[in-house]
Amino acid sequence: MTASTEMLAPPTAPGPIAWLRKNLFGDMFNALLTILSLTVILFGSLAILKWVFIGADWRPVTGAPLLYLIGQYPRDQIWRLALSLLLLTFLIGLSWGVWEKFVKAFAIFLGLLLGVLAIIPLETPTVTLGVRAVFLANPLLIYLGYRIGRLQLVKSQHVVTLWLLVTAVIVLALLPGFDSNPLLPRVPTTAWGGLLVTLLLAVGGIVLSFPIGVLLALGRRSSLPVVKVFSILFIEVVRGVPLITILFMFSIILALFLPAESRIDRVIRALIGIVVFSAAYTAENVRGGLQAIPQGQVEAAKAVGLNNFQITALIVLPQAIRMVIPSIVGQFISLFKDTTLVVIVGINDLLGIGKAVLNSDPQFVSLQAEVYVFIAAIFWIFSYYMSYASRLLEKALGVGER
Amino acid sequence: MRKLFPVIAVLIVFSVISAACGGTPAPVEQPKVVETVVVTVEVPGETIITKPEAYGSIAARVRERGKLICGIHTSLLGFGYLDANGRNVGFDVDFCRAVAAAVLGDPEKVEFVPMTAADRGPALQTGEVDMLSRNATWTSKREAEWGNFTWTMFYDGQGFIVRKDSGVKTLQDMNGATICVTSGTTTEKNLAAAFADAGLTYEAVIFEETAAVYGAYDEGRCDVATSDKSQLASVQQGFKNPDDHEILDITISKEPLTPAVPTGDDQWSDIVKVVMWGLINAEDYGVTSANVDAMKTSENANIRMLLGSEGDWGYSALGLSPDALANAIKAIGNYGEHYDHYFGPQGIAFTLPRGLNNLWSNGGLIYAPPIK
Repeated sequence: MTASTEMLAPPTAPGPIAWLRKNLFGDMFNALLTILSLTVILFGSLAILKWVFIGADWRPVTGAPLLYLIGQYPRDQIWRLALSLLLLTFLIGLSWGVWEKFVKAFAIFLGLLLGVLAIIPLETPTVTLGVRAVFLANPLLIYLGYRIGRLQLVKSQHVVTLWLLVTAVIVLALLPGFDSNPLLPRVPTTAWGGLLVTLLLAVGGIVLSFPIGVLLALGRRSSLPVVKVFSILFIEVVRGVPLITILFMFSIILALFLPAESRIDRVIRALIGIVVFSAAYTAENVRGGLQAIPQGQVEAAKAVGLNNFQITALIVLPQAIRMVIPSIVGQFISLFKDTTLVVIVGINDLLGIGKAVLNSDPQFVSLQAEVYVFIAAIFWIFSYYMSYASRLLEKALGVGER
Repeated sequence: MRKLFPVIAVLIVFSVISAACGGTPAPVEQPKVVETVVVTVEVPGETIITKPEAYGSIAARVRERGKLICGIHTSLLGFGYLDANGRNVGFDVDFCRAVAAAVLGDPEKVEFVPMTAADRGPALQTGEVDMLSRNATWTSKREAEWGNFTWTMFYDGQGFIVRKDSGVKTLQDMNGATICVTSGTTTEKNLAAAFADAGLTYEAVIFEETAAVYGAYDEGRCDVATSDKSQLASVQQGFKNPDDHEILDITISKEPLTPAVPTGDDQWSDIVKVVMWGLINAEDYGVTSANVDAMKTSENANIRMLLGSEGDWGYSALGLSPDALANAIKAIGNYGEHYDHYFGPQGIAFTLPRGLNNLWSNGGLIYAPPIK
């Protein structure tokens, strides 16, 4: 437009070299630091790559990869897990089509991961052609779900209903089965293991503890004395005890007081322990959000004529929870990692299976690093996705901007 | 004061309730597992049989359920571990299959419950499992508190593994040595007791994980590693240079590893015991899983008795079928076969000379009353 704007052109020529010179080699000291750190990074990553591809002996992982996924689940019933996985990936694809960005990254990543797992060459008889076919079908199902979701035939609430329905069918019927049913024989949870149990405990813990935690947070601020005292007692007692103690309590001591017939399943016992523990922490996080809502909003809502329930459900809670999303997600990530503690009550979760694999062959005694690095990588993938999803959620809800 | 009223009201209600309950204090004892009421059964004829109420209840429960619930280990090589297909296998684990074969006629009708060391006692006391076959050392305290131990299946003992070039041969040579050991087990206590008795000192390097102990030892972080000798033998084969190490000829503890059952049902305890006797007698007579059917018509009357083709070895009183022991032998083989399957020269777990676990007639401790 005018000449004066052209005069404001950048003082140095833009480009990678200029950027390098300005930021990394600005003066003698910076240049030295840059060279030093580059050397450290280079040799560090070289050493790591060398270990991963040459030094490490991955036999404990490649010899029986299904163990890490499903543990002792009977292999003649494996079709039930395959069907569950296919249903879930289809739903993930569908959610991607309907909700777009929240699920997009995860759907694409999961599709790629399962596709790669399907074709990765492994010299083990435990990964059959059928298993590979199931893995290969997943990316296709994700894509199919995505196309269907994009058709705009399916509404958001339908997807939610489908998710609830499918997870309920999988967790309550498909995986455990029924007593004396020829088609779906009972597979007791003592035979479940690996990532299956870890995800079950983590997802179950998160989904169940969140509403309980919100109720406890409201209860703690309630004006009804019994509700209030109960909430305070519950929160403070549970928060004052380590998770490992609660798990021991539920899995060993509780069993001594219950009659033999009313024995609760071991995995359920651990799940209850995790839910109780997580609910107390969620309650305190949510309470922090509740306290940040100015009293004026409640008064304004009253003036408009809303009743107490409406004020809480429509005005206070949505704002309070939006405010504490970062801390709640942080807590859920730590809950996900804390599920590994169930190994001390005899449940073979992902970490427990790692231990079992290390003890399944004398040759594996010196290969602990490989097994634990592999397990750490799996945990990292899930934890990172959780924090990534939380960032998307915060952005969408405008946390910290309003 | 008005604000405090609700709190005080709650406290008063609580104290009234607890006072009401205080009249009949709940007994704070060991968890009671079984009512030891003795019922006298009047049998028409001459004999009066008196049996505790729980007699026969576990076998009935197992049959009704259609499967045996067995507490096991899932990460102890050789004794209880997972194979590449996630199947529970091992020397201890397969004994559950033998009992299931004897009682239900099918070795696969078992639900395996993975247990930690701390779980074992409560699981027996509460009857959560029908039997426990998880590397448990039979001791007087456990016999008194946990349940009934049946018949020793494996004689183990705590030993030491050292590098051959260290020249260590005796306990005295280990004075001042660094010793790798797992934490919180009897292994750690036995070690401390043995060294204190001999007036020696050592420096313990303690790990939570079994695998970590041997990893550290193999890397040279300690001079000696200590554990049950069977475990030492198994990990030695995984070391980088197995021949550079040796298991010393010292045993500092007795570890009779024995399957156990909940207390109170003598019939069930007898059944598990007799299955073990059957396996040991089968080795005595040379009955194997391969020839068990042919042996049913053997010329040896003892073998015909064992396999149920002649006479009653007690099966009718135990409520079993005549071929119960034959089924057990068919499922996992006789004691020696079973041992060799896991620990023999071609064993699928590792190789361990039979030593104390030889038959009594070969200088070992494996001995069982006759089946007749």
